[in-house]
Amino acid sequence: MKNAKGIVFKYGDNVDTDVIIPARYLNSSDPAELATHCMEDIDKDFIKNVKKGDIIVADKNFGCGSSREHAPIAIKAAGVSCVIAETFARIFYRNAINIGLPIIECPEASKGIEAGDEVEVNFDTGIITNVTKGTTFKGQAFPEFMQKIIAAEGLVNYINSGK
Amino acid sequence: MGMTMTQKILAAAAGLERVEAGQLIEANLDLVLGNDITSPVAIKEMDKMKVDGVFDKDKIALVPDHFVPNKDIKSAEHCKCVREFAKKNEITNYFEVGEMGIEHALLPEQGLTVAGDVIIGADSHTCTYGALGAFSTGVGSTDMAAGMATGKAWFKVPSAIKFVLTGKKAKWISGKDVILHIIGMIGVDGALYKSMEFVGDGIADLTMDDRFTIANMAIEAGGKNGIFPVDDLAIAYMKEHSKKEYKIYEADEDAVYDAVYTIDLSTLRPTVAFPHLPENTHTIDEIHEMDDINIDQVVIGSCTNGRLDDLRIAADVLKGRHVAKGMRCIVIPATQNIYMQAMEEGLLKTFIEAGAIVSTPTCGPCLGGYMGILAEGERCVSTTNRNFVGRMGHVDSEIYLASPAVAAASAVTGKISCPCELA
Repeated sequence: MKNAKGIVFKYGDNVDTDVIIPARYLNSSDPAELATHCMEDIDKDFIKNVKKGDIIVADKNFGCGSSREHAPIAIKAAGVSCVIAETFARIFYRNAINIGLPIIECPEASKGIEAGDEVEVNFDTGIITNVTKGTTFKGQAFPEFMQKIIAAEGLVNYINSGK
Repeated sequence: MGMTMTQKILAAAAGLERVEAGQLIEANLDLVLGNDITSPVAIKEMDKMKVDGVFDKDKIALVPDHFVPNKDIKSAEHCKCVREFAKKNEITNYFEVGEMGIEHALLPEQGLTVAGDVIIGADSHTCTYGALGAFSTGVGSTDMAAGMATGKAWFKVPSAIKFVLTGKKAKWISGKDVILHIIGMIGVDGALYKSMEFVGDGIADLTMDDRFTIANMAIEAGGKNGIFPVDDLAIAYMKEHSKKEYKIYEADEDAVYDAVYTIDLSTLRPTVAFPHLPENTHTIDEIHEMDDINIDQVVIGSCTNGRLDDLRIAADVLKGRHVAKGMRCIVIPATQNIYMQAMEEGLLKTFIEAGAIVSTPTCGPCLGGYMGILAEGERCVSTTNRNFVGRMGHVDSEIYLASPAVAAASAVTGKISCPCELA
C-alpha cells in the first residue's frame, strides 16, 4: 500500500456522522456531490482548504452515530488520504475499510499532531511521522487482508478480484 | 471460560462450538435490512459484484422510511431505485408507503426478527432487535450489499458489559430514562465495539416497548449490540407477531464481562440528554435547579419512541390539556398498525385536541430530513435518539432527548418539564 502524506486538519472527540455529512444532503449518493458538504457542520472552511492527500486527525470515537457509508465516502471524495484517531466508532471503521479509505488508530499520534502539521503514514509498518515536528508514532498496522481491501479501493473490487 | 449470550448466538451462526472475544468469524445471516438512504448505495455496490441476484429473497427487508413519502425529487429517485431492485429480485419484504413504518418498529411487528437470529442492517439502530434476544447490529451499505449477495457477514466477536437491572421503576419512568441514565453513566463510547447485555429481575418490570427503546440506543453508547434474555413476555410477543422459529440462548454462568453495572430501577428519575451528545444527561431534579429551558418544538416518535406504549403515555399527559401557545408538537406513530391502534384507542383525537399534529410514519425530523426542521437558535425536546450538532436542522439549534412523558409535559408548559409538575 502506498504511503499517505499531507497537511493535517485536526478535530476533537466524538466527531459524528451528522457533522461529517449532514443528513439533509443524503438525498444524494454521488461521492463528488457529497464531498462538497464534507465536514460542513463542524468546519465550514474544510472543503475550501482541503487538498488532495491531506489527513484528518481526531481524538476518540471518530465517526460515531449513523451507519451512513456516505460519511467515509464524502471524506475520501474530498481527497483525504487517511484518517488518524485515538479510536473510531465501529460502523465507521468497517465502512471506511469497505470503501477503501485508510484509517489508523493511534492515541499518541492524535495527541502529538496539530492542525497544519505535515504528516506521513506508512501503512505497511503502521509508522506515522510528523514531518513538521520530527516525531514518529507507532499505529496499528493493517492485517494483510485489510490492506488488500484498501488497495483494491474497497471490498467489492477486492471480492471481484478473486481475492 | 463461558460465553455471553451474544457470543453463543454468533458461535451457532458461524457453525462453531465456541468463540471468544476478538475472534474473527464468518456468520450466516437470518435477515439483511436496508432503508431508502442506505439501500441505493448498497444496490450500486451489488451491481458491481459478479453475482447472480440475492442470496434469499425472503431474508432481505427493504423499508423506505427516512425521506418518505418522498420529500423531494432526489429522494423520490432513491426510493424508485429501491422499489425497482425489490421488484426485479422479487424481495418478499419490501414495504411500500401504506405498508411501511419506521424500520425498527416495523420488522418486529411483522414477525421478521426473533430470538437467536443474526441480523445486519444498513442503519445504526438495527441493534433494536436485541430486545427479542436476537444478535442484530448496524453496518454500512457495502456490508449490506455483500450480505444480500452472499447471506454472510464477517464479525469480530465482541466482549460484553453486563447491566443488572433490579427493582421497579416509578411512575413516568420508562425505558428511555433507563437507557439515557446508562449512556450518561458510561459515555457515548462507553461500550465501543462491545455487547451490552441486560439481565436481572428488573427486566420483568419492563414492557417490550421499553426493551426495544433500550436496545435501540445501545449504539448511542458505541455498542455493537444490546441484548435481553428471552422471558415469557418476549415469547408471547414473538408468538403473537411471528411464525418464524425462534431459538433461546442464555449466557453461561461463567461468562466473562469487561464490566458489570447494577442499576436499581426504583432510583431512576426522568432523565434528559442536553445538547450535543446523548451522554450529557441531567435528571429532572437537576433541571429544576436551573433556569427554565424554554422550547419551540416537541417531537414524539422515531424508532426509539414511536410505539404504542409511547403514544399512550404521551396521550395520558396531553389528555384534557393543550400545548403551549407558539409550540409545535409533532406526533409520529412508527407504523401503520400503531397508527390504527392509536386511532381506535382515541389517542390521535387526544393529540389533535391538545393542539399537536399527527404525521404518517417517517424518520423525517429525527435526522433533520423533513417534517419538523429547526431554525437557528430553536430548541426541541425530542423522544428521538441523537442530539448532535445540526441533527434536526440549523447548526445553532438544540435538541434535548427525553421520554414521551417528559416530551408531552414539556409541550404543555413550553419548557422542559415532568408530568408530575402539571396541574
